[in-house]
Amino acid sequence: MKKTPDELLQAEWSPAGPDWLDPTVDFEARRGSWSYPAAPKNLKYLGFPNPREWSPTDADWKLPDDWQAILHRGLEERLAKYRSLRLFLDICVRCGACADKCHFFLGSGDPKNMPVLRAELLRSVYRKDFTTAGKLLGGLAGARALTPEVLKEWYYYFYQCTECRRCSVFCPYGIDTAEITMAARELLNLVGLNINWVMEPVANCHRTGNHLGIQPHTFKDNIEFLCDELADATGIRIAPSINRKGAELLFVVPSADYFADPGIYTFMGYLLLFEQLGLDYTLSAYVSEGGNFGLFTSHETIKRLNYKMYAEAKRLGVKWILGGECGHMWRVVHQYMDTLNGPADFLEDPVSPITGTRFDHAASTRMVHICEFTADLLQHGKLKLDKSRNDHLRLTFHDSCNPARAVGLLEEPRQVIRGVCNHFFEMPENTIREQTFCCGGGAGLGNDENMEMRMRGGLPRGSAVAHVRDTHGVNQLACICAIDRATLPALVEYWAPGVEVTGVHELVGNALVMEGETPRTSDLRGRPMLVPAEASHV
Amino acid sequence: MATFTQGDVSFAVDEDGFMAEPEKWDEKIALALAGTEGVETLTDDHWKVVNYLRNYFLQFGVAPMIRKLCKETGFDLKTIYALFPSGPAKGACKVAGLPKPTGCV
Repeated sequence: MKKTPDELLQAEWSPAGPDWLDPTVDFEARRGSWSYPAAPKNLKYLGFPNPREWSPTDADWKLPDDWQAILHRGLEERLAKYRSLRLFLDICVRCGACADKCHFFLGSGDPKNMPVLRAELLRSVYRKDFTTAGKLLGGLAGARALTPEVLKEWYYYFYQCTECRRCSVFCPYGIDTAEITMAARELLNLVGLNINWVMEPVANCHRTGNHLGIQPHTFKDNIEFLCDELADATGIRIAPSINRKGAELLFVVPSADYFADPGIYTFMGYLLLFEQLGLDYTLSAYVSEGGNFGLFTSHETIKRLNYKMYAEAKRLGVKWILGGECGHMWRVVHQYMDTLNGPADFLEDPVSPITGTRFDHAASTRMVHICEFTADLLQHGKLKLDKSRNDHLRLTFHDSCNPARAVGLLEEPRQVIRGVCNHFFEMPENTIREQTFCCGGGAGLGNDENMEMRMRGGLPRGSAVAHVRDTHGVNQLACICAIDRATLPALVEYWAPGVEVTGVHELVGNALVMEGETPRTSDLRGRPMLVPAEASHV
Repeated sequence: MATFTQGDVSFAVDEDGFMAEPEKWDEKIALALAGTEGVETLTDDHWKVVNYLRNYFLQFGVAPMIRKLCKETGFDLKTIYALFPSGPAKGACKVAGLPKPTGCV
């Protein structure tokens, strides 16, 4: 990242430049704010259209000859299939309540990052082709023809939305602007306009079961390595089962949790908790990914990836599914799974084997979030905890967009953090809970080539973190999403240096007092705890 | 796809200079890639990291966890950054001819 925070703050928020109907984007000048196109091998693997080598800086994007007809038909089909899309395109009155709610607009000042105007890029074409006013009046009615330049503008701005849905919270009509982006990306995919940071994980998921391309023997080896680390840290040897038929629960995590820092410490926390509980669970090398980058691609892709999870649950004969600290997996499960692949009537209503609590809200998907599961354990006093083992950490909590806004998981992670930590401080109220600000790298945008846009989009979140760092000495930013754990470290390094990123169950793993453990003097990362080991059992 | 050429070494790379065909890696390519990472010469310590990554990749098909890399080579993260200024994933893995990881990483 070449620009300094001061340089990035020089954005101009008063719309200037040409009329918004002018679609021109100078990709060369805007390097740092777009993502590389999908490699042809990934599209070929998936059977997606128009695999080829190309770059957004090329004049010729090598589109199919009939690309306009493909997109017209594509939009027509989707208008018929998704009533919500037609409603969202028709109903907006351009009031602008959403305009300054988008982190990308706040950080860039680019008017086409106002959600209303981003949607208008698609809406203007819809108006031209599908409404009487637009057909008759053209530009006077805000209608535009779909030219190559308009298509390039779509590519730039619809891969510059993280589908975080903060704008939707403020829309008086409740327009789900993420669904506009999803529809636009679905259309772009029809003519081969996609980004590699989405399509390689999708292709890898089909090939090996997870975004990272981790094969079953590697999956097993990674988990065994983390178990060795846990044995060193706690003296307790854990051997979780993989692909075990007849287990009570299937546990699904994002693949970064058993591969990348700092997610691996969250994974260690899960394993310690389950070991202490004696939980009857299995991991699966087939469903070695909770994340579903179909959400950033197309409904058909969402369906294909989500189906694996339920197919495996059925094959293994588990009663229900427990899900880890993954972000958008929960939007898919909570809001799309039932329509696409449900109901999961071959599973049972989820009941905690430890407390007997019935998770009635999951009666259809039969899938429970680990924060709900653990908050329930705490509520029932089922865990022996030493909160002082987290006293070297001063926490704040970043509500991950999808668990917060798509699932309403606002209290449970806080209950868990308060249950295992003594020092917890909230960021300002317009930056948390349903008003939470995005990490700037969701929906497949968390790659390095897009770093300037990530840092621009990260400005609101970064400012809020810097605020609690300066007022409360916060040194840990907790979150419950693997994309967050991947993107927030760069964000805090840039906007709020001195703060580290952690998952919530890493904190549980630190505080959990286990039978047979060796005295703990350092946390799961090997950082020294403040308390002497002898005192930690008090 | 771009081609990287240096002297008599020539191979296909992605936008960030990672090898597009990792199976074609050899030690001459490692030396050429090291130059792009601000590493002038490859010392025994560099080779220890590169060879570990390479062997791991051949066995497991991906890069190892960074924590595992540190444990197996005996180098802490700071030392790895001193050897490869772009770090283990972007520097060392690139020199070892591994593809760039994607996803929630």
